Amino acid sequence: MNEALIRSLTPSVLAILVRRGADFAAAEDAVQDALVEAVRGWPADPPRDAKGWLVTVAWRKFLDATRSDAARRRREDRVEEEPAPGPAPAVDDTLQLYFLCAHPSLTPSSAVALTLRAVGGLTTRQIAEAYLVPEATMAQRISRAKRTVSDVRFDQPGDVATVLRVLYLVFNEGYSGDVDLSAEAIRLTRQLAARVDHPEVAGLLALMLLHHARRATRTAPDGSLVPLAEQDRGRWDTASIAEGVVILQAALARDRLGEFQAQAAIAALHADAPTVEETDWVQILEWYDELVRLTDSPVVRLNRAVAVGEADGPRAGLAALAELTDSSPASPKRGSPMPRHTAVAAYLHERDGDLATAARLYAEAAHQAPNLAERDYLTRQAARLNTLRRG
Amino acid sequence: MAKYLLLKHYRGAPAAVNDVPMDQWAPEEVSAHMKYMNDFAARLEETGEFVGGQALAPEGTWVRYDGEGRPPVTDGPFAETKDLIAGWMVIDVDSYERAVELAGELSAAPGAGGKPIHEWLELRPFLAESPNTTDCPHQ
Repeated sequence: MNEALIRSLTPSVLAILVRRGADFAAAEDAVQDALVEAVRGWPADPPRDAKGWLVTVAWRKFLDATRSDAARRRREDRVEEEPAPGPAPAVDDTLQLYFLCAHPSLTPSSAVALTLRAVGGLTTRQIAEAYLVPEATMAQRISRAKRTVSDVRFDQPGDVATVLRVLYLVFNEGYSGDVDLSAEAIRLTRQLAARVDHPEVAGLLALMLLHHARRATRTAPDGSLVPLAEQDRGRWDTASIAEGVVILQAALARDRLGEFQAQAAIAALHADAPTVEETDWVQILEWYDELVRLTDSPVVRLNRAVAVGEADGPRAGLAALAELTDSSPASPKRGSPMPRHTAVAAYLHERDGDLATAARLYAEAAHQAPNLAERDYLTRQAARLNTLRRG
Repeated sequence: MAKYLLLKHYRGAPAAVNDVPMDQWAPEEVSAHMKYMNDFAARLEETGEFVGGQALAPEGTWVRYDGEGRPPVTDGPFAETKDLIAGWMVIDVDSYERAVELAGELSAAPGAGGKPIHEWLELRPFLAESPNTTDCPHQ
């Protein structure tokens, strides 16, 4: 009986309340209250039927809240005539919750917050800590999100792609506070994959597992960045990699390729290489070509240029990069979505033997870096090359 | 979902359009200005975009290490040459465009004559603490 179990029950409990006629916002509040009570009481006195317990308590909380609201008395009378809480209905509405929480009318940050709370069962405090904002701010963000989707009908199928985008946003946040958001995103994606048969859901799950398997080796104990070539491959989580590969292969076999499957395929090729020298860059490049076809984003083209550099040599990589710069009107200014452009150029120039240009570009890239670990890493690269040139 | 720091400078930024020192305003104008700032923060709290904010005293002191076993050296405040920060606010927004929009709104705080100050605010993105899950560019 632990918090993970309680949290995994959250979406189905919430869905049951909504199915019984509670409006989404009130149901969500009631479920949160029940969760808090469960976390407090269960360690000492665990119920036999965890889900039944949560449904009963959440329903009672909902009725209490409704009862205290005089304006809703009529509705309460109607609601109380509903049959008493029994076994959970066979229909699983959890999927609808995912759609609702990722609804296109929500901003990305609201969709993320609402998903973590309503589907993930996290408390407002936990979400606030994870995103390093005050709890009051997060509470407002969540209640606004609930208001925004309050009149969205619960019975219509939503868009899986929006759900996947939200889950991927959660995954990429890493962690602060007591919740590991990457692990949480994997848990929620797993839950989603069990409910919806969609190759891209499987693709995203595989991608997350494959990335996550290498996470421990991406940073040194002091928090500094370790590039792929220097990572200790013996510490990669082989069980996660194996699971990711199996899921990916089953998805690819269905021949409905999407961007997450293609990205997972690239991650699998990295995870599969016993040494960095044995990386199959030619195949990785082929997958990047698929990705460019599927989603022609500057970020994908940038990563493709790296693969070209590895498969065909730094000159070819620089040519691919130049093409990218020419074709994109937005030059990499600060705050633009292409902060790694300069870093890639620096790396390719270094491999091409032009240390002076590489050092200058590394310093410039450090200036544009989106996070501390990357900035420090790039600064060290610039310093290393400048020392080499002096020595 | 990116955090930005909004910095209000006393000096160092270009002069505001409506550049009159605060002690030359009417008291009601000062009150109106303060109310605008508070309302702005309250509104951001409601939208779920407020992280924190604080006003700072104009004069600071420069402090420097002076060697083992010695008290730190203090100097300054060099008020004429060094730019000073009047206050800061941290916001957490979905896009750079939204951050610029909010900074613009804050810059419209009323000043002398009840007219917007049009002061310059500096907008600085926070560097994230934890790297995200993408590998560094050299993969």
